Amino acid sequence: MGKVFAFHGGIHPPENKKQSTRTPIRKAPLPKLLYLPLQQHIGMAASPMVNVGDRVLKGQMIAEPVGRISAALHAPTSGIVRSIGPHPVPHASGLDSDCIVIESDGQDEWIEHQGIEDYTRLEPAALIEHIRRCGVAGMGGAGFPTDVKLHLGDHHIVNTLIINAAECEPYITADDMLMRERAHEILGGIRVISHLLKPSHIMIGIEDNKSHAIHTLESVLKGCELNIDIRVVPTKYPSGGERQLIELLTGLEVPSGGIPADIGIVCQNVGTTAAVYRAVHFGEPLISRIVTVTGDAVAQPQNLDALIGTPFADLLDAAHVYENKLYRLVMGGPMMGVTVEHDQIPVIKTTNCIIAASEDEMPPAPPEQPCIRCNMCEQVCPATLLPQQLYWFAKGREFDKAKHHNLFDCIECGACAYVCPSSIPLVQYYRFAKSEIRTEEAEQRKADHARERFEARQARLEREQEEKEARRKARAEEAARAQQARKNGEATAPETAAADQPVQETKALKTAAAVARTKLKKAQKALDAARESGEGDLQALEDALKAAQTGADKAQQALEQAESGAGTGEAAAGPDLKQLKTAAAVARTKLKKARDALKNAEDKGLEGIDKLRATLTTLEQKADEAEQAFKAAEQSQLDAAAAQGVDLKQLKIDAALARAAVTKLERALAKTEDEQARTEIETELTAARDKADQLNQTLQQHEPA
Amino acid sequence: MTDFLLILISTVLVNNFVLVQFLGLCPFMGVSNKLETAMGMSLATTFVLTLSSVCSYLVYSALLKPFGLEYLQTIAFILVIAVVVQFTEMVVHKTSPMLYKLLGIFLPLITTNCAVLGVALLNIKKQNGFVESIAYGFGAAVGFSMALVLFSAIRERIAVADVPVPFRGAAIGMVTAGLMSLAFMGFAGLVQF
Amino acid sequence: MTTVMTAILILFGLAVVFGIILGYASVRFRVEGNPIVDQIDALLPQTQCGQCGYPGCRPYAEAIANGDAINKCPPGGQSIIEALADLLDVEAIPLDAEHGEEKPKMVAFIREDECIGCTKCIQACPVDAILGAAKQMHTVITDECTGCDLCVEPCPVDCIDMIPVETTIANWKWPAPAESRNLIATDRGRGELQQQEAH
Repeated sequence: MGKVFAFHGGIHPPENKKQSTRTPIRKAPLPKLLYLPLQQHIGMAASPMVNVGDRVLKGQMIAEPVGRISAALHAPTSGIVRSIGPHPVPHASGLDSDCIVIESDGQDEWIEHQGIEDYTRLEPAALIEHIRRCGVAGMGGAGFPTDVKLHLGDHHIVNTLIINAAECEPYITADDMLMRERAHEILGGIRVISHLLKPSHIMIGIEDNKSHAIHTLESVLKGCELNIDIRVVPTKYPSGGERQLIELLTGLEVPSGGIPADIGIVCQNVGTTAAVYRAVHFGEPLISRIVTVTGDAVAQPQNLDALIGTPFADLLDAAHVYENKLYRLVMGGPMMGVTVEHDQIPVIKTTNCIIAASEDEMPPAPPEQPCIRCNMCEQVCPATLLPQQLYWFAKGREFDKAKHHNLFDCIECGACAYVCPSSIPLVQYYRFAKSEIRTEEAEQRKADHARERFEARQARLEREQEEKEARRKARAEEAARAQQARKNGEATAPETAAADQPVQETKALKTAAAVARTKLKKAQKALDAARESGEGDLQALEDALKAAQTGADKAQQALEQAESGAGTGEAAAGPDLKQLKTAAAVARTKLKKARDALKNAEDKGLEGIDKLRATLTTLEQKADEAEQAFKAAEQSQLDAAAAQGVDLKQLKIDAALARAAVTKLERALAKTEDEQARTEIETELTAARDKADQLNQTLQQHEPA
Repeated sequence: MTDFLLILISTVLVNNFVLVQFLGLCPFMGVSNKLETAMGMSLATTFVLTLSSVCSYLVYSALLKPFGLEYLQTIAFILVIAVVVQFTEMVVHKTSPMLYKLLGIFLPLITTNCAVLGVALLNIKKQNGFVESIAYGFGAAVGFSMALVLFSAIRERIAVADVPVPFRGAAIGMVTAGLMSLAFMGFAGLVQF
Repeated sequence: MTTVMTAILILFGLAVVFGIILGYASVRFRVEGNPIVDQIDALLPQTQCGQCGYPGCRPYAEAIANGDAINKCPPGGQSIIEALADLLDVEAIPLDAEHGEEKPKMVAFIREDECIGCTKCIQACPVDAILGAAKQMHTVITDECTGCDLCVEPCPVDCIDMIPVETTIANWKWPAPAESRNLIATDRGRGELQQQEAH
């Protein structure tokens, strides 16, 4: 035994642990349906690897980790995947989240698995990868992926490993029973973790109300080659909190906003440690855990070794729950647990306890009364915060001040609310303030990001504008120079640069024709003006008009020639079906908008209603015309095809089906690994492809659009 | 030296300009909603008070008294105070636009702060010398700042407290100011001055 | 007579001296630009939607710096009004209904079957959240969309919907604890506006 320090505050609620430690751990009966949330851990949700209808074996990976901070998910028993979709999950919101639902087939058949012979020979990274693939995450309540924690040794100096066996919350005895019955697994796990992190000192922090477990641990650790200390700490809530336990055992405080690795300490829960042992030595992924089922409403409070994904109802039945006595169902402990509304919620990796409470045991909360500023809350806060100030700031929505008073260091242990004489639900206020602050920060980041994009866009538009200006200037200079050259009588290159393509020529001719027309109009205007005012040289103007007229006619002729000549695929045989469809849609939208505008004007009593009505009627006409034109074109196309003995509609359907068949086969090919199956599918695929191509070609012939 | 100290204690505690002599209540009530604004205002007022106290003394003793123009003291002091406030405004605008925006109209209103004119006139009445004027002005400023900062800190706490609806806002502020004033009157008799 | 002259001269002299001092100070302590505009702009939600009546968030920030009302921004909602009130030390007034109501967060969605590839919505989007090109399919990048609504109008085939962002476990917020009942008898049923303001 070594020196034990102390942390500020803490409370001593009634322990209520004796009820569930009378009997040894019992294996829970195999449930019919298992609901496995894809997110049971901190980080990104796992991504499913199986499909509905697949048969999975016990321990088979059914969802893989996504990104660095994530955990894998494995099937807890053999069975069929019934569905993958939203289902109620253990979360305070009561919202659904994606789950994989497995119907067990009763056989409990394991997948091929084996442990690592000598893990000391393995590269540390490979060993941690193995633990990652076994889906081990923190089982003390937070669910932090263990492999990420084990990688902490890469960038931090770790000199102390602390095993958290405190289990300070009342009612919960899962870790206690684990230590009594499977202490050797815990020692095995400690050996693996200390091999990876190489700490110079290992401490197991345990409360003094677990004398049986302490004795068992001591006997198991006798003669152990590692430097492991069992440190017994006085029973106080929340001594099992990571930071509080570190302060108890080392006297050091984890810096605000930092992690224990910043001061050279890594903390692991006993349950996680045992899971690491099983993963490394037997290759067993994390598919079950010990859950304490307790409370006055169950006849036999006990600890059950339950599969992950077991609905609470099954565990309550195994402990013989009295339905009529059950008033409140709590997942977790009485201090930090969450009330769940119905019992179809599944057990997840971090579920350590289910309390089926009667009304006497957990009566409804008394009404909140005004704060009398007694400061009892400050006296018990284990994080040495000012709960009263945080309460006032959260209530008055002064979130900046709350953040300044270290709101985010609050571990939400509930000690302050426990002692409050006015029954103020303090922890709810802090949770509310924290989520408001997080949302505001997220929105602020989004707004800053949007501003950056907006400003980048403005810059881009300006740049494009400048480039256009520069190009226009260059072209104007070019034209001026060409003009100059022509004036000097030189044979210049054609005015339109690189006009070898017929399209370019047509464009140039179009412009020329337009220019000629404008010149004509101007001449006409000048003549008319002169005639009216009786001034100016009428004869000269008339001559100019004639010249302009001839010029315009010539340009128009040239254009028409070019257009009719270069009709390679440009001249559509008939009306373009797609264009008509679009035109019809556009006309419909214009109509809808006009209708909305009219309604708006009528509601608000704006002016110009009659004008809008007139526009509306014109648009209605136009829309009808467009619609008819489209239908007519469609029909004519169908008729043309029918004339050739081809049912266009059927052809389209067949082509689509053929395409779908090809895609399906391609997908199946990508999935199968079996050689024989592959060759079969490949032959089918070639045949399907040919068919699809044939149909497509025929379709193209009849539908040029 | 004792004189200096006595003047300071008197102006800061015993005869606190805001809470005992009830001068300068406009910024006291108007700027005390937030602690940052209050601190900014007290810095500005300290600067103005000390400087104008000195300048007023100089103007009085160098210009008005030799020429027998004591009756011009009010208008001359107002002139001095207005100039000092304008100057302070420009400096604040340049150094801290945030504070400038926060103080808003109350910054130029320091001109009409009766505490500032009061200090200038009381200096004359008490026939203070040059050093004593500085001490008097500075002490008055410190007393004003202290009262302002204390009051704003209390108001910030009251803003989120469960105040009965009819009392919310200025009403509870006045009650608080009255109680503070009562407390400060307990200093009476501390220093015979 | 001379006393009056001296008095006037002295006052005049004082005024001149002070005038010179102030003149020098006004040049020495000249303030360029208006940094408060940046601080206001940093609080606005940057949707560039124009519902406040100004063509973007920066023009509205400048208007507020010149004294315009702070309650014209519906996407920012009441929380922005309170933040602006805090910054400028003015009263937090409720949102001006004339400029729109506070709606839940939305994102745009293009029904791809109907899109004709005209790029009108791409040109309208102030944050370039629409991916596409002429005659190619257009689609909205949901993460970048600020829900400003500016793309719905220009679409000639009306294929853009604004759908509300749904609440999932990822973005669920803890609700505020229920208000305690008023123990003060005289407070019941009165002063609701003040109560709302205080909370």
